[in-house]
Amino acid sequence: MKVLVPVKRVIDYNVKVRVKADGSGVDLANVKMSMNPFDEIAVEQAIRLKEAGKAEEVIAVSIGVKQAQETLRTALAMGADRAILVIASEDVNTDIEPLAVAKILKAIIDEEKPGLVLAGKQAIDNDMNATGQMLSALMGWSQGTFASSLDIDGDHALVTREVDGGLQTIKVTMPSIITVDLRLNEPRYASLPNIMKAKKKQMDEKTAADYGVDVTPRLQVIGTAEPETRKAGEIVGSVDELVAKLKEAGAV
Amino acid sequence: MAVLLLAEVTDGELAMDATAKAVTAASTLGDITLLCCGASAAAAGEAASKIKGITKVLVAEDASLGHRLAEPTAALIVSLAGDYEHIVAPATTDAKNVLPRVAALLDVMVISDVSAVVSSDTFERPIYAGNALQTVKSIDPKKVVSFRTSTFDAAEEGGSAPVETISAVANPGLSEWVEDKVAASDRPELTSAGVVVSGGRGVGSKEDFAMIEKLADALGAAVGASRAAVDSGYAPNDWQVGQTGKVVAPDLYVAVGISGAIQHLAGMKDSKIIVAINKDEEAPIFQVADYGLVADLFEAVPELTKKLS
Repeated sequence: MKVLVPVKRVIDYNVKVRVKADGSGVDLANVKMSMNPFDEIAVEQAIRLKEAGKAEEVIAVSIGVKQAQETLRTALAMGADRAILVIASEDVNTDIEPLAVAKILKAIIDEEKPGLVLAGKQAIDNDMNATGQMLSALMGWSQGTFASSLDIDGDHALVTREVDGGLQTIKVTMPSIITVDLRLNEPRYASLPNIMKAKKKQMDEKTAADYGVDVTPRLQVIGTAEPETRKAGEIVGSVDELVAKLKEAGAV
Repeated sequence: MAVLLLAEVTDGELAMDATAKAVTAASTLGDITLLCCGASAAAAGEAASKIKGITKVLVAEDASLGHRLAEPTAALIVSLAGDYEHIVAPATTDAKNVLPRVAALLDVMVISDVSAVVSSDTFERPIYAGNALQTVKSIDPKKVVSFRTSTFDAAEEGGSAPVETISAVANPGLSEWVEDKVAASDRPELTSAGVVVSGGRGVGSKEDFAMIEKLADALGAAVGASRAAVDSGYAPNDWQVGQTGKVVAPDLYVAVGISGAIQHLAGMKDSKIIVAINKDEEAPIFQVADYGLVADLFEAVPELTKKLS
């Protein structure tokens, strides 16, 4: 079985983002970019499946600007076998929507015929939490979202999902689209030798047009604003003072 | 213009708070039809019919809809979609699982976690862990939208909408439910609680987390946790507050032993009053806290609990 892992290049999760003064978006110039944290977990899981003899090949895919090849190199250094880069935008400020990403991924699946897609549950930039579900719909496959445990057994998989009230285990028919949650695993770090080796691994470069997918956004961004800032608080000196302040504010 | 709202139903029971908040969010979009579906949904449909501001309740009961598996639930919603311009739901894990699937089947985008409705095609939503608010205008013929419930008030009860029973559609048969591990709790539900007390890595152990729970009980509060506390096994994952956990906006949020990472703030910085107890005066949580106490939580929390009970 081949495993396909979509990975996204996003602003590093530790960076405090700045909204541009003209409201046109978030300032991405000279900001550290990294692989979306959930996608690292998906890559890790795919590699573990390969190590367990359940997958033969792990293919990492990224869609966006040319610089996304760095993100793919990271996936290759972690252990992915080869990569596909789909250039769909010239500008880092253009975020390709989940629907277009899902359509491109569908076209890749039609070509590569993987038995499983492992995706992150959401990207930390657009916070959409949609691509995996959309891809599953387009393929007519089963979906196992927010997975915190995954056990593949032949033509089906047991997926434990993090849901609002606790955990839910479902059995999905393979092939399937699984989106991973934080607690599925702890991603490995790429070692220096593996980073060097990754440079020699195959990376095919395509465009959205190669797959006949229109990436025009369905949602036009009207504006991007700073959230309201909270007014400065105060430091109290003791528990008594805290209780008094809370009583004064009517909070307790 | 009509709106189909997927009511939040768990094991036959309506989650009134989440559903009623979504009704408020959707109230300016058009006539609202609520859809209650599940293996049992009739009682939920009856309860939902009392929410003010809705026109009709549809009840779909079928074994295939039990536990709201994405494939049959999405198929049902798509079969009804022709009559509605908006398909909406509260942004719970159930809706986040199903709505994007519905949207793709209709070849439209989904608009996740909407925090404000600007007009029938324009919505505001937080991005980058709530550090920016984006206003988007949909050019799709149908709008599939999930609402961030913490930013809307619940619609009142006292209505009496007619309830209509409809049939399920063929089950695609791609998945089946195996088991639930539900965290039992008699405390208020986290996302609807008026007061939330959360503990972080600073609490130090699962045993000491009981101190957080005692403070919560003294305040009649729900208990939350940071990712660090969940990863360390101090608290179950469904208590996690933040970008990847639950988003809350209670009247009072007490953060104990939580540094205040971007991802945690994403889930609680719209709370009305934020109290932080932390021994590190440089902790970022103090930048959003209304009242900060720089103290050892092992001394401050029991004292606070005593003085509030």
